[in-house]
Amino acid sequence: MTELQGFGDQIALGAFTTLRTALTSLALGIGVGLCGAAAKRSRVRIIRWLAGCYTTIVRGVPELLIILILYFGGTVALTTVFGRYVEVDAFAAGVFALTIVFGAYATEVFRAAIQAVPSGQIEAAQALGLSRFCVWCFVILPQMWRYALPGLGNLWLTLLKDTALISVVGLEDLMRKSSIAAGSTHDPLTFYSIAASLYLLFTSVSLVGLTWLERRADRGVRFAK
Amino acid sequence: MNLHLIVEVLPRLLEGMFLTAKLTAASVAFGLLIAVPLALLRTSPSSVLSYTIFLYTFVFRGTPLLVQLFLIYYGAGQLEWIRSSAAWSILRDPFWCALIAFSLNNGAYTTEILRGGIRAVPSGEIEAAKALGMSYALRIRRIVLPAGFRLALPAYANEVVLMLKASSLASTITLMELTGTARKIVAQTFSPYEVFISAALIYLGFTFLIVHVFGRLERHMAKHQQRAKLKNNSRSHRRAAAKISASQKVAS
Repeated sequence: MTELQGFGDQIALGAFTTLRTALTSLALGIGVGLCGAAAKRSRVRIIRWLAGCYTTIVRGVPELLIILILYFGGTVALTTVFGRYVEVDAFAAGVFALTIVFGAYATEVFRAAIQAVPSGQIEAAQALGLSRFCVWCFVILPQMWRYALPGLGNLWLTLLKDTALISVVGLEDLMRKSSIAAGSTHDPLTFYSIAASLYLLFTSVSLVGLTWLERRADRGVRFAK
Repeated sequence: MNLHLIVEVLPRLLEGMFLTAKLTAASVAFGLLIAVPLALLRTSPSSVLSYTIFLYTFVFRGTPLLVQLFLIYYGAGQLEWIRSSAAWSILRDPFWCALIAFSLNNGAYTTEILRGGIRAVPSGEIEAAKALGMSYALRIRRIVLPAGFRLALPAYANEVVLMLKASSLASTITLMELTGTARKIVAQTFSPYEVFISAALIYLGFTFLIVHVFGRLERHMAKHQQRAKLKNNSRSHRRAAAKISASQKVAS
């Protein structure tokens, strides 16, 4: 089993792709989530309704199905647009799908976190004559972060594990590299165990990081003893 | 959008939905069977037991379900002692592999959810049960589990919805449930929009059903709290007052 029968490099490359996909989706998904939360608090009823539809639909449909819809549906759409066969890049389709899923859950997390910000803070900012944009940037966002962090942490762990689903449409991530290795060496037990331990390592490191972040976010808060 | 195609494939999709429902219901049932004793042990004062169970939930919650599924489906057949044992007839079948992987995964998440519920049971209730001389088993059965389950119910409803969605992974090990059927039809007709979106709508309907059922269950289990609220209601006040005056009339 030296050098994992020559598949060590491939697995490492796959692990790197997994992390890259997860981090890209995280960054984009937080943006989508913030927009979604803002839309849910909008004064325009139709925007609130659209945001509600988005979160309800995405949270009620399997992630795998969303990935399949975007990958195969995207291929068909691009083929009709360009008039010739265009295959969607698995990385782009995967990141897009995960961003949409993560964004829907993050919308709910951010909405709850914003509600947890004392309304007196927002009223005080308005009384001081801050514009709506300034209230968002300087009052709501910095304070809601602390409330959103635990929920966001859970979502990140889910996202990390959901990247494995993109291997179904051919992204060369940790999962796909492991199954290629498992197929060609006829040793699925070893390679899937390695994949499982690597995912476990990523989630463990994330947990440590999240605990640190939460403690850091709480540093200005006094707790009853 | 080709509506004709949707009508044509709908019976096949509904057939797939039946398998999805079966897988989800069985996994949730087995998961709960695993989770109740484990959650009790997880909250027990013995740190060795609690730590062992934490290890189980940590591993199953920290790795993707897809990896667990592949480990059981492809990996188990590699071991000679499993191949030669009676368990092989079960582990050879993709349905059972999916069921085992889903149950263990669901069990791990449910254990942690129930643990949260059990820890949230007010200690006064447990102390009161002890003061009444209830044995450990009776306390667990009458106080800790019902109260803990009620407190854990909203999170548990979410977990059941997640299980429904996770059951779509069974399509990767050749099971023809809803997603698997949809993928097969798409491969035959190459019209992904119609078929996948119909499948998505069926899942969505299923999710709403689960959310609705659990919402009713939650209200049903919180009945005693609703009654407490009714007491402050002015109408029931008046009715109670009328009853008292009526009984006084009878008495006099």
